[in-house]
Amino acid sequence: MTKTILLAAAVALPLLTAALPAAADADYRAKAIAALKKDFQPRGQASLDRLAEDGLQAICNRTENKPPEYIAKRLEADQLAAVKYPADGKLLGDWKSGEKLAQSGRGFTWSDNPGLPVGGNCYNCHQIAPKETSFGTIGPTLYQFGKLRGNTPEIQKYAYSKIYNAKAHNLCSEMPRFGQAGALKEQQIKDLVALLLDPESPVNK
Amino acid sequence: MKQNLIGALCALAVIGGAFAQAPKKPAAKAAPVAEVKDAATLEFEKFRAEMEDSNPAELFEMKGQEQWNSKRGPKNVSLAESCDLGQGIGKVKGAYVKMPRYFADADAVMDAERRIVWCMVEKQGFKFDEIAAKPFANANFTPDITNLVTYVAGHSRNMKVAVPLKDPKVQEAYRIGKEVAAYRAGPYDFSCNTCHGADGKRIRMQNLPNLSTPAGAMKGVQGWPGYRMTGGVMLTHQWRMGDCFRQQRFPQPKYASDAISYLLTYMIGNANGQVYKGPGIKR
Repeated sequence: MTKTILLAAAVALPLLTAALPAAADADYRAKAIAALKKDFQPRGQASLDRLAEDGLQAICNRTENKPPEYIAKRLEADQLAAVKYPADGKLLGDWKSGEKLAQSGRGFTWSDNPGLPVGGNCYNCHQIAPKETSFGTIGPTLYQFGKLRGNTPEIQKYAYSKIYNAKAHNLCSEMPRFGQAGALKEQQIKDLVALLLDPESPVNK
Repeated sequence: MKQNLIGALCALAVIGGAFAQAPKKPAAKAAPVAEVKDAATLEFEKFRAEMEDSNPAELFEMKGQEQWNSKRGPKNVSLAESCDLGQGIGKVKGAYVKMPRYFADADAVMDAERRIVWCMVEKQGFKFDEIAAKPFANANFTPDITNLVTYVAGHSRNMKVAVPLKDPKVQEAYRIGKEVAAYRAGPYDFSCNTCHGADGKRIRMQNLPNLSTPAGAMKGVQGWPGYRMTGGVMLTHQWRMGDCFRQQRFPQPKYASDAISYLLTYMIGNANGQVYKGPGIKR
């Protein structure tokens, strides 16, 4: 999380609290957070600092994931500004590596080895290549993602930034901020962009 | 599959533009999906139906019954003569489906497993830390508490869930539990509701119950405690809560803690009025 985002969140949060009626829910939320802090223990790589909200999570948690438009727009812009694109400007990697990565749901749980690479978790929530029929439905289907949109530099940039930080486009999206969170590295995101956009990828056949 | 693809394609046409422009309407986000079951799920359900007459959970119920009635622990008393699960000392019938409830002697809202642990500690003199050190079964070991919970749960078979939500203390636990379920944090911004807050969602082929609805909440309650075919172990509802937090990328909930009792009050409270079929079989 960059300084600007923190700052924006620090500005937005009091605004937000003032804008909302003093709901009883806030008391229960405070008690829920106190219980989480009291009743959890670190295990493996899952340390207790994971229980703390960052600015974005705090805003989504306090608005039932529906923040006022002016706050959402401002913070989405901050998230987008913090996306780190590859220095060489090439956003399209290898779709075959992307497909392997999309299959893997590994990473970040207390039972995962923190030394191993993290998976993309993509098929957990999305339909992607047609051969894989075991896909989740929490996110939209991505089948024919590139065929429908074209493989233009703008769409490549959009896809890269969406995977890097889904919240840059939809503040309280269910999708993790894979790049921002340090889960996926630059080359991995490029490979996933290729899975979605490369005309040779089965997604677009 | 064909139907699925057509549905997905129709949805794609609708949301195609929306996704590129940052969709704001959750309703337009995912393909409309009826409950889809893969071959493995159907096969398992057939197997479970066949197993119903010889449910392995019953072996654990029998062990639990023996332990419930035996004088045990440093104080050498039985739970049957000392433990009140809310229906009077030693009474197990219908107790499981009426928990979590408020227990004045502990000044806490407790789910069934936590209440039995409380009795083992307070009445029989067992050490809490020793129980909490190995609270769940593995391939070589089943803790006494698992047998006891399974025994108690078996005496609520085919009864309606009736968490006493009108009790102000239980109501408060329910409201806190609702907030625990909604709380997003951790490296992936997940809450319980990320997976369990809407109808018709799946992770891969696994259908995800919506815990905010009575039928969905009951799917999260049904079959626990359960005999898990994977590994052949008997596991409790407390274990299942912990495994959800693991996949949520959270740290681990402490055993028999307030946080889990709150969450279970929310979840089981939402299942009020639905019929509990007793200890079950899980994949």
